[in-house]
Amino acid sequence: MTTDLRDYKFEKELLTRSAPNKTRLQDLKTEEMILNMGPQHPSTHGVLRLELVTDGEIVVEVIPHLGYLHRCFEKHAEALTYDQVIPYVDRMDYLAAMNSEHAYAMGVERMMGIDKNIPKRVEYIRVLVSELNRLGSHFIAIGTYGIDIGAFTPFLWLFRDREHIMNLLEWASGARMLYNYVWIGGLLYDLPVGFEQRTRDFINYLEPKLEELYKLLLENKIFVMRAANVGVLPLDLAINYGCSGPVLRGSGLKWDLRRIDNYSVYPELEFDVPVGKGEMGKVGDCWDRNWVRMQECYESVKIIKQCIEKLEGEHKRTPVFDPREFIPKKLIPSAMEYYVRAENPRGELGFYFKSDGKKDKPFRCKARSGCFINLSVVPEISRGCMIADLIAILGSVDIVLGEVDR
Amino acid sequence: MLHEIKSLLIDKFGSEVIQSENPSGLQPWLAIKVDFIEKVCHELHDNPKTFFDFLSCLSGVDNGPQQNTLEVIYNLCSIPHKTQLTLKVIVPRQTEDGSLPSVPSVCSVWGTANWHEREAYDMIGINFINHPDLRRILCPQDWEGYPLRKDYKTQEFYHGIKVEY
Repeated sequence: MTTDLRDYKFEKELLTRSAPNKTRLQDLKTEEMILNMGPQHPSTHGVLRLELVTDGEIVVEVIPHLGYLHRCFEKHAEALTYDQVIPYVDRMDYLAAMNSEHAYAMGVERMMGIDKNIPKRVEYIRVLVSELNRLGSHFIAIGTYGIDIGAFTPFLWLFRDREHIMNLLEWASGARMLYNYVWIGGLLYDLPVGFEQRTRDFINYLEPKLEELYKLLLENKIFVMRAANVGVLPLDLAINYGCSGPVLRGSGLKWDLRRIDNYSVYPELEFDVPVGKGEMGKVGDCWDRNWVRMQECYESVKIIKQCIEKLEGEHKRTPVFDPREFIPKKLIPSAMEYYVRAENPRGELGFYFKSDGKKDKPFRCKARSGCFINLSVVPEISRGCMIADLIAILGSVDIVLGEVDR
Repeated sequence: MLHEIKSLLIDKFGSEVIQSENPSGLQPWLAIKVDFIEKVCHELHDNPKTFFDFLSCLSGVDNGPQQNTLEVIYNLCSIPHKTQLTLKVIVPRQTEDGSLPSVPSVCSVWGTANWHEREAYDMIGINFINHPDLRRILCPQDWEGYPLRKDYKTQEFYHGIKVEY
């Protein structure tokens, strides 16, 4: 049965009933006023509504209103088998779908007890595509941050470079953004013939471009003036608010789950964990967070190079290699609860699974998204700043509303 | 490690603090009596031996009308010790006066619990006592029911729009 839209009658109160302001007019001081920012505001990177209490240009209080992109991921997951959930996982953080798939597949494999059987070649391919996707995701984060504070060129340059990553991943999986490539126990396909060489060509092309970007954006005087000493997030506050990823590392803590948990083949790979040092201002300001992202791009390049070497040498393609060899026929984990976590471009992505041991569907699947938690610290660090700086702070936290609202 | 934490908590709060436990399996857990959870979290957070300063995840689970219980799961992580711990609170699904089941809030221990608990309230319908700002977070404020309850039925109309399609 279709809904007859003629039945819908617009009433003004409906809008205020569904998402009322938290601040009441009678509680405001004389000089304060409520300013509504979003949901359709370009700087909120999607559909996020911020209720601001302002005193002139100064922000007194920020109250985020979420849920405009809520697509009931957790409810859907309860109705689908474990392998059918993967396309929905893609749609959470649509800029880093490979990383989310990797985390999800890893969790279910550990519950099934098959995580030790996965061939090394599969793991290296997973890490290779995840790191390519991490590069693409950081490119968008840095590029749109430039746009937020008025630099248009880096955005176009980064989208040009990201296009190559999109093409590579499309070649491997058939899709440009939502891949469904990493499966539980294996992969959709092996890498196409020639992928390694093309990735190497891309890396050779990219390395000078990263230098160029660093000089153009990160060292730009206007950029430094807009981002340094703005939105300083002290380390104790960051830990108390559960921040993770570049936001936590920007505040100066060396905490990267790829190194802490040593999952997948990351212990065999060599890379550093950059942390914010406060080179342009205080430790934990917007500049530091972006600097950490920029440095992570260099680290990802290092990882990709090592992965290609391994995939062409030790774990090279053989005619008998079947990436679907260890995919279980029946996906029914025994009754247990498991929380898996992994390092995504936007912080710790966690899945809490509860299985009842009878069905091939999760009894409960909760997604802990990094930027949902990172967003909750924005009201704390943006009190007393200017409205224009609030845009800079929100951009530096790098939210993807698909993952915030799930 | 679970054993040490268990004896540490029993020394501090007495043996009634532990409701049940699952020492084996992939991720062992401790179920804490609901009245103690805030004190236990404060202790685990402040004690230099445990120092769980990072709340990774807080999830609400509905076990369905048959078991008739709701759970809140706390996944803690200690940054200096690099350890993880799973705590749990189990409460009955129905209360005598028909109000929502209540669990003390842990917002005073970790700031991140604020939004996690709002989500659990929104999705499962758990009332967190002493929460500073318990509003729905993902659903609209005037939504009816708690979507992740196992016996959830969608409302027929929302603002005059048919919900079932």
